[in-house]
Amino acid sequence: MLELRDVATGYGSFQALFGVSLEVKAGEAVAVIGPNGAGKTSLLRVISKVIELKGGHISMEGVSLDDVPAHQVIELGIAHVPEHRRLFPRLTVEENLKMGAYMQAARERYRERLDFVYELFPRLKERRHQLAGTMSGGEQQMCALGRGLMSGPKLLLLDEPSAGLAPVIVQQVFDLVRRIRQEGYTVLIVEQNIQQVLKVVDRAYLLEVGRIKMSGAAQELLENDEVRRAYIGL
Amino acid sequence: MEFSITDPFLWETVIQGLLFGGVLALLSLGLNIIFGVIDVVWICYAELIMIGMYAIYFLYADYGVPLPLAFIAGILTVALLGAALHHFIIRPILHTEPINQLLVTGGVLFFLQGFATLVFSVEFRNLGVSFGSFAAGDMFFPISRMLAFAVSLVAVVVLWLFLKRTFLGTAIRAISQDREIMPLMGVSPQKIYLVTSALGGGLAGLGACLLVLLYDIHPAIGLTFGPITFMVCVLGGLGNMIGGFIAAFIFAEFIALGGFYAEVEWGYVMAFVFFIVMMFIRPQGIMGSKS
Ligand SMILES: Nc1ncnc2c1ncn2[C@@H]1O[C@H](COP(=O)(O)OP(=O)(O)OP(=O)(O)O)[C@@H](O)[C@H]1O
Ligand SMILES: [Mg+2]
Repeated sequence: MLELRDVATGYGSFQALFGVSLEVKAGEAVAVIGPNGAGKTSLLRVISKVIELKGGHISMEGVSLDDVPAHQVIELGIAHVPEHRRLFPRLTVEENLKMGAYMQAARERYRERLDFVYELFPRLKERRHQLAGTMSGGEQQMCALGRGLMSGPKLLLLDEPSAGLAPVIVQQVFDLVRRIRQEGYTVLIVEQNIQQVLKVVDRAYLLEVGRIKMSGAAQELLENDEVRRAYIGL
Repeated sequence: MEFSITDPFLWETVIQGLLFGGVLALLSLGLNIIFGVIDVVWICYAELIMIGMYAIYFLYADYGVPLPLAFIAGILTVALLGAALHHFIIRPILHTEPINQLLVTGGVLFFLQGFATLVFSVEFRNLGVSFGSFAAGDMFFPISRMLAFAVSLVAVVVLWLFLKRTFLGTAIRAISQDREIMPLMGVSPQKIYLVTSALGGGLAGLGACLLVLLYDIHPAIGLTFGPITFMVCVLGGLGNMIGGFIAAFIFAEFIALGGFYAEVEWGYVMAFVFFIVMMFIRPQGIMGSKS
């Protein structure tokens, strides 16, 4: 479904990714794990084209993303739930969801999508008139996931959905991700909570200083000595 | 002068102030939306209104275009001017020091004023349309002012519904809260800025439709309405449309009542003094948030 070949990107003269290749097949859930500053967020940003693709190629279902401007990536079925949630704090929950359905094709099915998201996350329906900025961290993450689902995407890019949340809430967030998977969405998720995320996904890539260091089935990485020592602390 | 709560002239004055407040509220709306969304102050805002007034005047008086059509053309002209102002002048310097935006829109102010003086001459022109007045007991109200008030209120409500209900309106409110992630929502920030500029221009154009019915047109008319519109916005909290709405009525009543007890000029002086005092007490404006 999603394919990256030799992708390079960066900020000004600073290079954040060096020839990254990876693939996400339809129906899969794939994780990208790695330490702080490895370039995980940059990887998702370059897929969404919000930072410049400086080398290599990206394609979605065979369609090249190389020359697609950022605001049209969503039309190819890619929804990006950004790091730190980034809700519109002074819009209500429902208005935030509405923004997720901004593109033309989603607008036409707005009611239907809204019902779907409210059914998946009933808490959002209870809170639909509340300003997003006044909700708890876990609720905000739920809203961010809901907003991502509003466009009816095929692929969800999730950037550290569990970051900054209390341990109990982290567990709930991974449950939400599991629910999203069960609905048939393809997921590419970036996480530092490696132990947890590897239980949710099928495969994973290990990213270190802008390069893919290792890849394999989630179980394999979970049992890998190097990964356990460096990232799980066992 | 005796103060009496039953004095019909006092009531006439209060209501006149209210009517004028509606027009001021409309004038402040365009400037506020531009600031709230794009974070730029169009110093030349009232000059856009002036151009709109001339457009309507010439279409109606010289070319015999029916007034409603001339109004629509006037609104579209200023909307286009607003979009052009953003595209050609604001956009290239949007991410530079804010002072540049003030300087450049200030430059446009002088350019438009000079342009109007050269091309249209300093002559005062009047549309010559009169709707007569409406009598309520001993009180008289020009129908043109009542019309302007009604149109202003309708415009405020329509704009509010647009911003609240539509996808585009929601995006316009969202972009000022987080510009960077707008592309992830499938929104092009540049397009939203352009649409907002056209909308701000369109509101200035609507203001022109109302002012052209109430006042003579001349190249310096922007100086009459520019500063007060700006102060209404600042008093309300720059970028805050509800605050601007309230501030417009406060200013209008100061001016009207000043004119009743002394002279209109004293009304202006009192309004300005009130403004300055308020800036010491609440520099962020009535509804503005601290920052
Ligand atoms: N806007 C920016 N300008 C310059 N450098 C940046 C910018 N954003 C990120 N970087 C740099 O790019 C590198 C990769 O950052 P990135 O945010 O992709 O890492 P990450 O793996 O997501 O880290 P974290 O786990 O802390 O979120 C880092 O060295 C970071 O300092
Ligand atoms: Mg990151």
